[in-house]
Amino acid sequence: MLEGRAIAEPLIRAENLTKHFPVTRGLLVGRTTGHVKAVDGVSFTIGHQETLGLVGESGCGKTTTSRLLLRLEEPTAGRVLLDGQDVHALRGLELSRYHTRVQAVFQDPWSSLNPRLRIRDTIAEALVVNRRVTRAGKLERVEEVLHQVGLPLSAAARYPHEFSGGQRQRIALASALAAKPELIVLDEPVSALDVSIRAQIMNLLKDLQARQQLSFLLVAHNLATVRYIAHRTAVMYLGRIVEHADTESLYRSPLHPYTKALFAAALPADPDAPRDDMILSGEVPSPIDPPSGCHFHPRCPFAMEQCSRVAPELKAVAAGHVVSCHLY
Amino acid sequence: MAVAAPVVLDVRGLRAYLYTRWGVVRAVDGVSFALREGETLGLVGESGCGKTMTGLSLVRLLPEPAGRIVEGQILLEGEDLVTKSQSEMRHVRGRRISMILQDPQTSLNPVFTIGDQIVEALRLHHGDGERALAVRAEEALRRVKVAAPEQRMRAYPHQMSGGMKQRVVGAIAVAGEPRVLIADEPTTALDVTIQLQYLALLKELQARTRLAMLFITHDFGIVARMCDRVAVMYAGRIVETGPTRTLFRSPRHPYTEALMASVPRMEGSVTRLPSIEGQPPPLHALPAGCRFAPRCAYVDDRCRREYPPIMPVGPAHEAACWRVEPSPSR
Repeated sequence: MLEGRAIAEPLIRAENLTKHFPVTRGLLVGRTTGHVKAVDGVSFTIGHQETLGLVGESGCGKTTTSRLLLRLEEPTAGRVLLDGQDVHALRGLELSRYHTRVQAVFQDPWSSLNPRLRIRDTIAEALVVNRRVTRAGKLERVEEVLHQVGLPLSAAARYPHEFSGGQRQRIALASALAAKPELIVLDEPVSALDVSIRAQIMNLLKDLQARQQLSFLLVAHNLATVRYIAHRTAVMYLGRIVEHADTESLYRSPLHPYTKALFAAALPADPDAPRDDMILSGEVPSPIDPPSGCHFHPRCPFAMEQCSRVAPELKAVAAGHVVSCHLY
Repeated sequence: MAVAAPVVLDVRGLRAYLYTRWGVVRAVDGVSFALREGETLGLVGESGCGKTMTGLSLVRLLPEPAGRIVEGQILLEGEDLVTKSQSEMRHVRGRRISMILQDPQTSLNPVFTIGDQIVEALRLHHGDGERALAVRAEEALRRVKVAAPEQRMRAYPHQMSGGMKQRVVGAIAVAGEPRVLIADEPTTALDVTIQLQYLALLKELQARTRLAMLFITHDFGIVARMCDRVAVMYAGRIVETGPTRTLFRSPRHPYTEALMASVPRMEGSVTRLPSIEGQPPPLHALPAGCRFAPRCAYVDDRCRREYPPIMPVGPAHEAACWRVEPSPSR
């Protein structure tokens, strides 16, 4: 896994990525009364065969970030570069090539598969849409990816309702793999699954990454899942990355007060684990009108005077460990 | 600690089946446990193992007309709830036994204010006038730490966040000062920092009222934090029960053991998680012997033939597995 990371140029690079959704009022003539600052100046890179974990609570902008990468949203500002090319400027053939290189697997395997299509047609769709293939070539590829995700070949002729949640998630993975992508965006890939099934899928993801030289953007709220799969992890709060580091270093020494609180809130599966409770007061404020300065200051137990005035920059505090907080 | 406290809820050999067009779903298939005052028992298992159906049976809210309790007793302070009529149950629910469901969105009525909904619950338990009920409702909101309760009384559910709504649900559940509270995954729909707030609140309520809690969850982190004892459920039956620490340190049933091992940890990195292959059997087509046998690493012929009885394996610790059979000399 480490060899892949030695390659200098990352596969994908997000620069100052920003997405503001207008909030409108009025029935016929919409008046824009504000903006939901879903993503507000986010930058990161994902290397070849690397997994970047994006964690945060609901509404922090992690899903919007992944949608920007998938080109399901146009950014308000900033850009996404794949091999140095601006993704949102791609048109025509180049765009369909992009869609074969970047695929997605979503949270809910009940709604992400078309109930009226046989599994082989769902999987083959990715091939038909984005490249020319013969009928025989199509079937061959379907069998290949089914094998890769550990499903029997007999699955090809069946319908989604005949499968359990874990198996459906394997099918979703198979159809993402069909077009031989380089990056797969995984949006909460195991959170809808049962505990005993999660480990199966997480192991499968790791195996696939090693065998197929895949990169992953893993969007998840479960910190233990991210620790298990991601090489690097970025923590988001109200549209901004507040801390970003190698997973090991982040989990060993979280620095940002929000990261600390988030980690403290993740209950370890051990009755004797030390309880360093850091119960945050209040809830995540609205992204329409986020707090001034550091977005976290109203809930932060270490807030200082300047925190409400000045938004902290991301600062490197150790090799590969950046944090956006006035304490550092 | 909880050992000396009196038993408030004693469930014996409970069977609750769902009669569907695919056949009889044996959702709860011979479940027994006791719950003491001030104690929290965790009921853990995967989806479809029957843990929610167990909870619904206890408050007699099984889905009608498919669901039916076919056998067993639910003794609440010695009184059997199974034999009660639905109109009698209306006086038991809320006042003596309550339930909090997973999704606060569906537990609250969107067209009534928060105040109306709490007052409605209170009216069942108290003969007070409207003014006094409103005061009680405000007090109930204050107890679950809802900020500005007098304003919140006039709010509708959609005007509140998920965490706040779940607090309101909690306020309604404990408004009648029940002895037993069943919490069915009450924090699954909440964010982690909000989850921690809510769990702390439940602990506080329990400490104040000596409430007995049955905490239904699939999250071992919550079990470790909240529960005194744990019962592990698989395919309609409890396969292992024991004190929380014992169960985490030395699980005896292969399912408990495998399930614990497959949970990724926050602390320390692992390169590969052990996983349980296969999936639980459908509850309308259960295997003949031990229900975990098809997925068990230690399976033998006997497991496939006969279901093992639940046997003591240590202090307050029982497991249903042929491998833990106490030696014949004892």
